[in-house]
Amino acid sequence: MQAQRKPILVPAVALGTLAFLYIPLMAVASFSVNDSRFGLAWQGFTWKWYLELFRNEQILEAVGNTLLLGLVSTVIATVVGTALAIGMSRFPWSKKTSAFFEFNLYMPVITPEIVFAGALVIAFASLRYFSSAFEPGMLNMIIGHVTFQVAFVALVVRSRLAAFNNEIEEASHDLYATNWYTLRKVILPMLTPGIVSGAMLAFTLSLDDFIISFFTAGPTSVTLPLYIYAEVHRGITPKIHALSTVGLLVTIVLVITSQKISNSFSEKERDDA
Amino acid sequence: MTSDQQQDTRIWYGELTTRSALRRRGLLQVSPGLFWILIFLTVPALALIALSFATRGGYGEIEWIFTFENFTRLAGYGMFGWSPDYLIILARSLWVAFVTTTICTALAFPLSFFIASKPKTTRYVWLTLVIIPFWTNLVIRTYAWQLVLSPDLPIAKFAAALGLIPEGSPLYPSEFAVYLGMISAFLPFVVLPLYSSVEKLDWSLVEAAFDLYSNRRRVFMQAILPQTLPGLSVGAILTFVPAMGMFLIPDFLGGAKYMLVGNLIQQQFGKSRDWPFGAAVSLALMVLTLVGLFVFRRKGEKMEVI
Repeated sequence: MQAQRKPILVPAVALGTLAFLYIPLMAVASFSVNDSRFGLAWQGFTWKWYLELFRNEQILEAVGNTLLLGLVSTVIATVVGTALAIGMSRFPWSKKTSAFFEFNLYMPVITPEIVFAGALVIAFASLRYFSSAFEPGMLNMIIGHVTFQVAFVALVVRSRLAAFNNEIEEASHDLYATNWYTLRKVILPMLTPGIVSGAMLAFTLSLDDFIISFFTAGPTSVTLPLYIYAEVHRGITPKIHALSTVGLLVTIVLVITSQKISNSFSEKERDDA
Repeated sequence: MTSDQQQDTRIWYGELTTRSALRRRGLLQVSPGLFWILIFLTVPALALIALSFATRGGYGEIEWIFTFENFTRLAGYGMFGWSPDYLIILARSLWVAFVTTTICTALAFPLSFFIASKPKTTRYVWLTLVIIPFWTNLVIRTYAWQLVLSPDLPIAKFAAALGLIPEGSPLYPSEFAVYLGMISAFLPFVVLPLYSSVEKLDWSLVEAAFDLYSNRRRVFMQAILPQTLPGLSVGAILTFVPAMGMFLIPDFLGGAKYMLVGNLIQQQFGKSRDWPFGAAVSLALMVLTLVGLFVFRRKGEKMEVI
């Protein structure tokens, strides 16, 4: 009986695939505590590369820039993207208008990032005719990040909107609630899980972005990925192992936190139901 | 009340309102996001098309002289006759993206089934293990492969022992390194959507297929694949599009000999300051990507009909 053969192949391939994903990450982490300035031969355990990070002003500045960029762009994109999603799904748009919305929403998804980056370079060059504020730098980076984040937030929130039924909303109107009241007390609370996961996605997209930042950054707005990129081009150093490991740890914390948040939402929903 | 107003009145979510009032409210909510995408992406992308017919001035400025030169140059016709360099880069990008998508899909199936076979309590732990590399910055992950492939570590030593590379040299830059980087970068993009399809799989169909004496291949093709196709096609698109335009991985792991179209575009908008040519290459990439997406979609539909 073929069907009842104990499956070995699938778990073996699966575990091998996971190992494939983790080998490079573990290599970076283990070399970050290796007491050797050059080469990778094991010279003993040390924290000194981490201490070096905290004394390095360029790195601290890059961390600051990364967080500023991520937080500001995420806040803007979450507000604008949520409004876009609600506006799109809660009004009787004509087929043509909806198709136009859809097209714009999927633009960032189907455009290869490098083409998007080229388009941004053109947009900012044109805007510089009107204002010098669009010189490469933090403002341009924030605008660039918001552009792709808005679409993703809107897509996430919209899928959430599609999932719940209109009756609660109708009931709210039947009970003479104003639109604003319904939005605040009915729609937004129901949407919160969608908005939170949209925002988390937007924030990680911002932290993860390299190409858009690379094309829009100025000399004073270097982010961590840009810093690591420049350093790697100068040659592998233990400082970069340590910096990458910190990046990895931050990612792990972020992933677990967001999982906890979304789990607590789904539990709450079960309780409500 | 005039008949005009009467026609305009309608009930929307239990509320008596007018169509124009609704439209105003909707536009107010939609416009910030829509204009943002329009101004910074859609319109500039269209400008990119116009730009690809312009000419680069002597100092890298744009001259609006209509020309097909950027495209003939992309096709390989230059001052010194024909050379296929750019066409090779385009074909290579398409090939790398296609192979990456295929291998990622092949590896994503066992991993998705493995995770789905775990009890609910531990499942999310395994999922987290897939999400962590997915969320880790690509610059870090790509650099990590440089480290793994460096000369003092076992993989490069093994390759040197086999005589594939000279003693004491790293395994990058190479085609092999680019594939390693690409596959590990995009694998989670396929696993996560595919898993969500696998989780919803109706196993009674699989059992029925076995009961009807289907062999494993047929069960997979006819009972499993059609059900997982939605997740699979999302995963394939999420891999294929960024893989086509990838610039970081070939930059770190491919070197000058293994350039992809992303690197070419970056050069034109960066060092070379030849925006019109950069725009032409971007346009070519965009067209190739759309063709690729179309192929994946078509293939998907066909599989469903088998």
